[in-house]
Amino acid sequence: MNAASQFSYWATIGLMVAGLFIVMARANLIKKLVGLAIFQTSIYLLYIAPGKLIGGTAPIIADGFSIYSNPLPHVLILTAIVVGIAVLALGLALVVRIREAYDSIEEDEILAAEERQH
Amino acid sequence: MSIALHMPVLQVVVPLLSAPLAVLARRGSLPFMFATTAAWCAFATSIALWMEVQHGAVLSYFIGSWPAPWGIEYRVDRLSALVLLLVSGIAAVVLPYSRRSIEAEIPREQHYLFYALFSLCLAGLLGITVTADAFNIFVFLEIASLSTYVMIALGRDRRALVASYQYLVMGTIGATFFVVGVGLLYLMTGTLNLPDMAERLAAVRHTRPVLAALAFITVGLSLKLALFPLHQWLPNAYTYAPSTVTAFLAGTATKVSLYVLVRFYYSVFGESLVFRQLPLPELMLLLSLAAMFIASGIAIFQQDFKKLLSWSSIGQIGYITLGLSFDTVTGLTASLVHLFNHAITKCGLFLLLGGAVVVTGGSALTRLAGLGRTMPLTSFGIVIGGLGLIGVPGTAGFVSKWYLVLAALERGEWWLVFAVLLSSLLAVVYVWRFVEMAYFRAPPSDMPPRREAPASLLIPAWLMIAASVYFGLDTSVTVGSASGAAEMLIGVKK
Repeated sequence: MNAASQFSYWATIGLMVAGLFIVMARANLIKKLVGLAIFQTSIYLLYIAPGKLIGGTAPIIADGFSIYSNPLPHVLILTAIVVGIAVLALGLALVVRIREAYDSIEEDEILAAEERQH
Repeated sequence: MSIALHMPVLQVVVPLLSAPLAVLARRGSLPFMFATTAAWCAFATSIALWMEVQHGAVLSYFIGSWPAPWGIEYRVDRLSALVLLLVSGIAAVVLPYSRRSIEAEIPREQHYLFYALFSLCLAGLLGITVTADAFNIFVFLEIASLSTYVMIALGRDRRALVASYQYLVMGTIGATFFVVGVGLLYLMTGTLNLPDMAERLAAVRHTRPVLAALAFITVGLSLKLALFPLHQWLPNAYTYAPSTVTAFLAGTATKVSLYVLVRFYYSVFGESLVFRQLPLPELMLLLSLAAMFIASGIAIFQQDFKKLLSWSSIGQIGYITLGLSFDTVTGLTASLVHLFNHAITKCGLFLLLGGAVVVTGGSALTRLAGLGRTMPLTSFGIVIGGLGLIGVPGTAGFVSKWYLVLAALERGEWWLVFAVLLSSLLAVVYVWRFVEMAYFRAPPSDMPPRREAPASLLIPAWLMIAASVYFGLDTSVTVGSASGAAEMLIGVKK
């Protein structure tokens, strides 16, 4: 394994850390969700990239092909993408409701509004 | 006979089906009937499953007849049967309660959606427990979590929205950490079937990706089960969710995550890897003690009784993980028994409190003043449940703490016995705060003179409290299955 063959792992880790950082460092609720989405997307790469074999084909038995890519990670990630979309959609719906209730989507302003009230 | 073979999958399919049915029915009491029937079916099935695996049998079910490790396997052993029994039992009691309770808390036009979400959440939790496929666990975890986020957001207070959002962010990070761990294990073993994975791990157990997977899974699930200090989402989520949702979640959601952690530690990684190679027991011991003292300490200073009980939950989770950190049969037994007993006790407490909220209009301790006179049955139940939290002999809480103390003595750790006793004293203090309010203060002037909660709320709640006393006197069910499960888990990997 040289550095180039590990490229996909570095990309995964980079995206993962960037996503988590955005979730923690941003106060804007939508930006947090963007970070969360990046974090989740990095996992797709973690699963998919090792399933690809150089020179491999789709896993259909046919003459002249002996190297096949693993199809299972794709199936798993298809499910994970659905889950990710559901989380993002629900998160955004909650942000809409929060904005209606607090008139803000900045975490510090919402916390301040709570402090004032109680 | 043929239907009996399909019991493991029926556990999940019946509640899963009742969710779209509830949405289609929309009006009237049909959604309620669908959800309740499904929960009762699941409970009946889990009793049948529990009896079947009592003597060490393991039931396997292959979805679509694809044999493991290629297909998805559902697997019921003594450990999962106990958790199935707990989750479906709590759902079967909470659902009849929810009908009257959500009338007071959720707009009528959203009721059918509530029942659909409840069924989905139940299907997810049962699915996590019954499946033996690592990725399947993740999918069910997200089904349960997504429906939980929505149910929390149904709370009347606008803070419920923020609590739900925070839980969504933390919960998704937890689930994603879990799936990173599963991905690493899949890369190293090429399988997702848990028993198969355990076999193949033997060859690669000390490699770095496997250790990283262990770390990711531990942190991810610790977020989900609210292990101190990853608990920040819990107090607000429990406090602002509708009463019936809080009662259901307190009894099931964190407990099922604990189950998954135990499952991965003992059935996949094996205790020699988890507990001997890494400083995990020490770390878990430390965090458990922190939870037992800090969270219980914070509970004492709460002004809202629902929030007080939520903080107490975090403290009680500390006892469960404390038992886990011992890595002995007695310790694991204590941990599983406390998982069961605390779920029932806390569920009963939240149900009773929900009844009080319907009458008094709030869960602030000042609103509950004089409750002993205005609602004698409710407040007496809360006191009994509170005694269970403390661990007074005769309640379920005593049994689990007794085993915890036994496990500590077995390892010769005397100081831990004192730690358990000391943190129980903290529980005395926070339970006393309710007793003082309910029995030694005059009711607020705008309170009706004497009005008990409706029977439809009181009966399910008292059923839970009665169960918590029953399991404190007759321990054959809880300790019997828990020690059987613990022996199975530790014995297999020796």
